[in-house]
Amino acid sequence: MKEISELNLPEDLRYTEDHEWARLEEDKVRVGLDDYAQDQLGDIVFVELPQAGDTFKKGEVFATVESVKAVSECYMPVGGKIVSVNNDLEESPELVNKSPYGDGWFVVINPSDPSEMDTLMTNEACLEKLKGTE
Amino acid sequence: MKENVGATGLILNEPLLWEKGRKGRCGFSLPRRDVESFPIDNELAGEGPDFPDLSEVDVVRHYTRLSQWNFGVDTGMYPLGSCTMKYSPKTNEKQAGLSGFTGAHPLLPSDLSQGTLRMMFELEQYLAEITGMDAVTLQPAAGAHGELTGMLTIHAYHKNRGAQRSKILVPDTAHGTNPATATLCNYRSIQVKSNEQGILSTESVADVMDEETAGIMLTNPNTLGLFEDNTKEIAEIIHSKGGLVYCDGANLNAVMGIVKMGEIGVDVMHLNLHKTFSTPHGGGGPGSGPVCVKKHLEPFLPVPRIVEEKGNYSLSDNYPESIGKVQAFHGNVGVMIKAYSYIRSMGPKDLKMASRLAVLNANYIKESLKGTLHLAYDRPCMHECVFSDDKQKDDHVTTLDMAKRLMDYGFHPPTVYFPLVVHGAIMVEPTETESKEDIDKFIEAFKSIADEAKEAPDLLHNAPGKCKVRRLDEVSAARKPCLTG
Repeated sequence: MKEISELNLPEDLRYTEDHEWARLEEDKVRVGLDDYAQDQLGDIVFVELPQAGDTFKKGEVFATVESVKAVSECYMPVGGKIVSVNNDLEESPELVNKSPYGDGWFVVINPSDPSEMDTLMTNEACLEKLKGTE
Repeated sequence: MKENVGATGLILNEPLLWEKGRKGRCGFSLPRRDVESFPIDNELAGEGPDFPDLSEVDVVRHYTRLSQWNFGVDTGMYPLGSCTMKYSPKTNEKQAGLSGFTGAHPLLPSDLSQGTLRMMFELEQYLAEITGMDAVTLQPAAGAHGELTGMLTIHAYHKNRGAQRSKILVPDTAHGTNPATATLCNYRSIQVKSNEQGILSTESVADVMDEETAGIMLTNPNTLGLFEDNTKEIAEIIHSKGGLVYCDGANLNAVMGIVKMGEIGVDVMHLNLHKTFSTPHGGGGPGSGPVCVKKHLEPFLPVPRIVEEKGNYSLSDNYPESIGKVQAFHGNVGVMIKAYSYIRSMGPKDLKMASRLAVLNANYIKESLKGTLHLAYDRPCMHECVFSDDKQKDDHVTTLDMAKRLMDYGFHPPTVYFPLVVHGAIMVEPTETESKEDIDKFIEAFKSIADEAKEAPDLLHNAPGKCKVRRLDEVSAARKPCLTG
């Protein structure tokens, strides 16, 4: 597993305490699992995503990730309607490990309250928090 | 003997029977035909199934070799946490093999199956006594089925009062099947966090319990192997809001006949006969998951119920509020006979002693290994203890590596990466079966694995080295499963 100094937590993203990331793309928010989460889970073998059109509140479970170690749930970083899902993950769940911020994205949300983005952590805050748990 | 029990040996490869078969080979001979031959209906004729042609010795060697690749509790220590892999005494098999039982057909009328019905009736009474509950059903086929049956009685209870509820409390240390069961009963699971001591606090339950909540699903002892000290107070909170307490009894082996669950506020619980009551399990069963309830839930138990009148046993469907039948015929009767045999051969005193020894063994392992492995919660445990790979982090060795290496030492690995609340969990449940000598060997094995992690970590990364197959590619197996031969 990676040392904290080896983690890739890009500056332009916001992070939840459960290690989802969120990226503002104009008026939409793209969501995935951060480098720490994919590394801790290990090889991911299955991702269950919602349907486009589903609506969730911030903090609600919207996806399930299964690795050889464990099954984990993913929580909405901001509330809103799912406008697209990454169907490639169905055939190639390993994309989450290979490219957590690129091809391994999960969903794009049309946020009901874009200001919820401000409640999320910056990469620095996320890193500080991880150092605290060491 | 200082030597490890793990050793390499002559383990024979074995092809599939289809590769082994040769046309015309045969393992039996039919007697000479003594009736006229008669053509069969065309509709019934056709190609037969693709069975290989084999001799008797081909078949016997095939299955004997496969059995030699196996590891079970008859082979060695099997400390699989949360599973209670205790030894299954052979006398249980003998009783279950009695011709009166094996010859009985489930459709026999009651007056021709008095023995089987009596065994079941008495087993229900024993289980009620052991748990301190009032009534029992033996129908459920296994643990998760028992959970569902138990939760259906809670659902029926609220429905019967004319006030169905929508939520159920489930602690974060619960078995994964609990929220699934709740969902099947149309309840939404509300997670309750365990405290820093690894158990539920009364406050965290009081915070979320309300009159829309049907009750709580408690596992006691919980999946961290810890006794839920506050059960009685938690039950009072739940009851005061009109809810019910379901107890997952999968971990009963720690408290068999010692804790009267009915007296600490539990309304309904399931048991796993295939864990606590020494009936064989693994490989998919069969199991048996009886449900024990307090008086107020008895009307909802599945039918038919076994009733006794003046020494006569019969099946009765006359329970109008019952949730109905949950399993074909009477449930897994063979498993019940083995549990009955276990309870009768142990007796009340020794059942309690078995639990005490199970708890003692787990605490002995916990204390002996806590300098070697990180101990998740440093407090007295029940029948199992949970470590993690935290101390091995700097050696870049994980729980999985240590578990695989343990096989080279001749032990079945413990449960790993469960419960989820402990990162990199290693969950050890020795059960009462193991002698001190065997437990000491297990402890020594773990200690030398921790040394190897420092000195020769690759031994662990490449483990197992002595088993018939080496590290399996679990990732490809999960991502690209091949389900045919």
